Amino acid sequence: MKPDTLRDRIIPVLTILLVIVTIWYVGAYFMNAPFQRDLDRRGNVTSTTMEFIGKTMSQPKPILPAPHQVVSNFVENTFMRSVTSNRSLVYHAWVTLSSTVAGFTFGTLLGILIAVGIVHVKALDRSLMPWIIASQTIPILAIAPMVIVVLGAINITGLIPKAIISTYLSFFPVAVGMVKGLRSPELIQLDLMRTYHASAAQTFWKLRVPASIPFLFTSMKVAIAASLVGAIVGELPTGAVAGIGSKLLAGAYYSQTIDIWSALIAGSVLAALLVTIVGIIAKIVDRAMGGRPA
Amino acid sequence: MKRLVRHWQSLLAGILAVAALTRLPLTLPEAANPVGNGMTIAAILVVVVVLMQAIEESGPALRAVVLFLGAHIPAAMLLSGVAGNEGYMSAGFFLLIAASWLLAWASVSELSQIETRSTGLGWLLKLLIPAIFGAWLLIIWEAITRGFGIPFILLPPPSSIGTRIAGSVAILWADVQQTIFKAVLIGYIVGCASGFVVAILADRFAFLRRGLIPIGNMVSALPIIGVAPIMVMWFGFDWHSKAAVVIIMTFFPMLVNTVAGLAASGAMERDLMRSYASDYWQTLMKLRLPAAMPFIFNALKINSTLALIGAIVAEFFGTPIVGMGFRISTEIGRMNVDMVWAEIAVAALAGSVFYGVVALLERATTFWHPSNRGG
Repeated sequence: MKPDTLRDRIIPVLTILLVIVTIWYVGAYFMNAPFQRDLDRRGNVTSTTMEFIGKTMSQPKPILPAPHQVVSNFVENTFMRSVTSNRSLVYHAWVTLSSTVAGFTFGTLLGILIAVGIVHVKALDRSLMPWIIASQTIPILAIAPMVIVVLGAINITGLIPKAIISTYLSFFPVAVGMVKGLRSPELIQLDLMRTYHASAAQTFWKLRVPASIPFLFTSMKVAIAASLVGAIVGELPTGAVAGIGSKLLAGAYYSQTIDIWSALIAGSVLAALLVTIVGIIAKIVDRAMGGRPA
Repeated sequence: MKRLVRHWQSLLAGILAVAALTRLPLTLPEAANPVGNGMTIAAILVVVVVLMQAIEESGPALRAVVLFLGAHIPAAMLLSGVAGNEGYMSAGFFLLIAASWLLAWASVSELSQIETRSTGLGWLLKLLIPAIFGAWLLIIWEAITRGFGIPFILLPPPSSIGTRIAGSVAILWADVQQTIFKAVLIGYIVGCASGFVVAILADRFAFLRRGLIPIGNMVSALPIIGVAPIMVMWFGFDWHSKAAVVIIMTFFPMLVNTVAGLAASGAMERDLMRSYASDYWQTLMKLRLPAAMPFIFNALKINSTLALIGAIVAEFFGTPIVGMGFRISTEIGRMNVDMVWAEIAVAALAGSVFYGVVALLERATTFWHPSNRGG
């Protein structure tokens, strides 16, 4: 039986989203009301309930901006400005995106390299693998500001320090996933390669690599999300020059709450886009390798 | 020939040691405190390499011990020679460090050859092999930073980080209390608990599940850490705002994993519960929750890291004058890099302990699961 997409997927998700938006509006009213009441009393303004609610939704620096304020700010800063202006979210997203992608590329290559080493050299497996697992438990992001400041001290600024942080964050998931993937061929398949008298390199290219592709893409999805987080956090200590992270920090300094929220939305859109792109590539590769839809 | 290939690390080490003999002494002529034991160190290395070829027929254990001593005694002698000569070490020094590192690598290779039946020895090996690797990471770090005289600001040597940790235990402890015992633990417990409760609700009402799970899956890819400035604005500078960030970060992994886990019990087991006429809650408590335990612990493990990251990064946006994130961001501004590294070491230790405790709890509660039984 084919699942009913409309009834089983779209309606529940839309309902939950509607509930979230409603709660958001109600929350915006209650969080902004005390300040607005204070403002009205000082200005000796009396307003009807509807007017009052309207005012809580249109403060310039609200505690919790209403969704439509965020959306209009987001739309204004994304589509209405020239992409080279430093108020344009597209510009900031581009800065973040470039270091994310650079870091992600290096991180993925490094992760694959380490995984190949671990699978083929027993000493590496026994000595390096525990450290890779242990390093997952370490809050690596804590190093981010130091990498930025230290590299800044020797005049390496801009894209590279952020990309290093992204590399660091993204190579762990890829390394762990690839080790799993390269080891996923079963004994019976390895035995078959042996009966073909395949060399280690042939076994690697013709059996292990194809078997590891699904694992690679799954961990690449995790890795690209992680490297985006790395790039954003890497932008925090640079003194707010450019990028989504600096937009967040500037918003926090000047209490521009609406700006913070629209920067958050920009980051989320970016994350969703990147993960989707990796997903689409995964599907294309899967089809090219002769995978059939399950 | 085969024997030579098998022991290529120790052979290369021997070649490097001989090459180092032509580059002695260990220090450059300008060094303040010249050292003269380069000959001894190179001699030890060469003897070990020759010994390796002689005891080819003996077991890996003996070879590993010889290599271990042959790698670490010269390393210790080399490092003690650096004192007072930072930045004035000659090529011979680095050649000998490389040679002893190769011997340590060979020793790890031999150790991984050892097949043992006894569990105690197996555990010891499991700990020893990565320990040697970690130790060499530190040794090479120390040798390079001090041997080349790399500026302190760029990368302090591990020994001075260690001194800094020992010298500022009180500050570090106060930071740990603020960040870990208040923000991380409270946020972690509340976040995981609420994620769990919502997961049970989502399991009870299919409509809620269909709506929440796609959203939860999407949210887990988003840079949630960005809510940190908003939370700091809402809940003030103290630990409450950090706990709020941690709650938001830990909620969704728990929700998604628990819902996935609750679907893990097989149809046959559920049919059995039905034939016992057990109601929803009985099935949940006696069958589905135990079956979901591996998934729940997976979420708890992911969250243990996320919670630490969330709390530390949230502190970059404003804190009282205590806390790990606060210390990192202010000490880096004052270029006290060793303090930053000390804080990172403490964070790493705390993260590993946190993870370890969750892993131990997992072993205790899901001892029946195949991944824990196999040995």
